Amino acid sequence: MEQKRGRFGIHGGQYIPETLMNAVNELEAAYNRYKDDPEFNAELKDLLNNYANRPSMLYYAEKMSKDLGGAKIYLKREDLNHTGAHKINNVLGQALLAKKMGKTRLIAETGAGQHGVATATAAALFGMECVVFMGEEDTKRQALNVYRMKLLGSEVVPVKSGTATLKDAVNEAMREWTRRISDTHYCLGSCMGPHPFPTIVRDFQSVISKEIKEQCLEREGRLPDVVMACVGGGSNAIGAFYNFINDKSVRLIGCEAAGRGIDTFETAATVNTGRLGIFHGMKSYFCQDEYGQIAPVYSISAGLDYPGVGPEHAYLHDIGRAEYVPVTDDEAVEAFEYLSKTEGVIPAIESAHAVAYAMKIAPEMGKDKIIVVNLSGRGDKDVAAIARYRGEDIYE
Amino acid sequence: MSNVKKAFENGKAFIPFVTCGYPDEETSEKIIRTLAENGADLIELGIPFSDPTAEGPVIQGANVVALKNGITTVKVFEMVKRLRRDIKTPFVFMTYANVVFSNGADKFISQCRDIGIDGLILPDLPYEERGEFSDICDKYGIDLIPLVAPTSENRIAMIAKAAQGFIYIVSSLGVTGMRDAITTDIPSIVKIIRENTDVPCAVGFGISTPAQAHDMAAISDGAIVGSAIINEISKGGSDMLKRVGRLVRDMKRAL
Repeated sequence: MEQKRGRFGIHGGQYIPETLMNAVNELEAAYNRYKDDPEFNAELKDLLNNYANRPSMLYYAEKMSKDLGGAKIYLKREDLNHTGAHKINNVLGQALLAKKMGKTRLIAETGAGQHGVATATAAALFGMECVVFMGEEDTKRQALNVYRMKLLGSEVVPVKSGTATLKDAVNEAMREWTRRISDTHYCLGSCMGPHPFPTIVRDFQSVISKEIKEQCLEREGRLPDVVMACVGGGSNAIGAFYNFINDKSVRLIGCEAAGRGIDTFETAATVNTGRLGIFHGMKSYFCQDEYGQIAPVYSISAGLDYPGVGPEHAYLHDIGRAEYVPVTDDEAVEAFEYLSKTEGVIPAIESAHAVAYAMKIAPEMGKDKIIVVNLSGRGDKDVAAIARYRGEDIYE
Repeated sequence: MSNVKKAFENGKAFIPFVTCGYPDEETSEKIIRTLAENGADLIELGIPFSDPTAEGPVIQGANVVALKNGITTVKVFEMVKRLRRDIKTPFVFMTYANVVFSNGADKFISQCRDIGIDGLILPDLPYEERGEFSDICDKYGIDLIPLVAPTSENRIAMIAKAAQGFIYIVSSLGVTGMRDAITTDIPSIVKIIRENTDVPCAVGFGISTPAQAHDMAAISDGAIVGSAIINEISKGGSDMLKRVGRLVRDMKRAL
């Protein structure tokens, strides 16, 4: 859906310091050179299939479907990928690209830690140095992932500035990239930031919708009626949507983190509560005050706790091709517990936002309808936090 | 000729930067007055932003304090209006694209003209994106001041040709902040600039001593100092304004 270079409608662009311009131009040139290169794609496919465990299965959640009494619900099991989330799809692509560009060091931001873990994993596999920036608040919420990254040989830098969450981790990773460009690739984890990142990340994640399409056609002989996914920056959602954008019969639904509700200040539902702005290299929707100061957002989920949204989502919203709905902490936690008990699948609290919305709409849909929920990650990392939410203290 | 360019008429220009509203609105106004009275040729006024990605820890900290103490764009405009009653020194705003965009770029930039701002520096607005702001700046006679970085290389000529006011040469990789040494080959950058424009250029990022300011101004048209001044302000004390004034005088004299 990209039109003018790096633009999605009015969104996107390259609002970054001059220091980084040649770095993103170099990245764009390298990406254009390799994206259709058969050798590069064969190498990437081998990594995805034989290292990351793709294709991920499309699982029919029969008990859940019958219990809700409406549409058939399928779960796209990105949680079964190596490292436990969709993040690895993009990271393997970018790390391979970085290697081709002669870079020897990866830096990344992370919220819940899933992208950090994926980047640390790829760095270990490729023998690259790796530094991950993570909001100090998130290093506490996701202590397990911090230690995983260290085990994988990465350095984890706790970011204390601002709200000490995902947006501040992005700030610090961008600052680090301006300090050291020649040997370093910034492995951005979501479909956001300056061009060409939103396009690169979307392309590497679009394997999700490519597989959903093939698997659904094979299983059901037709396309799904609804594809839904949680949206923070929006990488798993754009991956799940991309190959369906031209299939107008497929409803695309992005589930935003409403935190304590979109009528409170403790929310991270950007499309629902934000307005047009320029931040983190892109024009898109952002939670901000009347003076353009970026708002301190909130969600129980560290991975969705971000005040912006990728520019392609902003565009899909503008043209009405995708819907963006708010899901609260409470709804997500209930869905987290429901899926665990009903299907024996513990979802990431991020993905539970999409599960929650499926629980809302499935009963109102006919039994002949098909919903695909992108289960972007597994929930092991969230167990301690959910226990705390329910008033139980457990050792992690 | 624009007021910004005029700042380079009396020899090498000394350009101090301060964060508006730091440490608080009232003190900030006194500090800006002190800069003007002690020989600043041009003053860079930072409008605080919640997420200043081009700044190092010192200026980041000043942004946090200023916002916490209640500074807003509206209050900065009011402050500039008061200062303009008697201060003639050219003023440029340094802030981030969203602060301008979110207020409505046309409204923001027309107000800049009304209150006597002469130029605008947006560190997250590279050449490729300047169009949506430069047309409006032209309309209201505000110079949109570009930055050139150590990594700009093949881009320097293009940036220089479109430059207005002056060209801000970023001395080093990374963010703002005090540095012991500046290792970038600034003379080569200046040479390319001179071949492509007669707009003056000044060096900033990492200049903390009068000796460094002298060296950087010697190979360009001026020196920009921010973190060292903010650092002096942050030490506080009843003689803070005096010390800031002395620092500015020492810097200007060293050029």
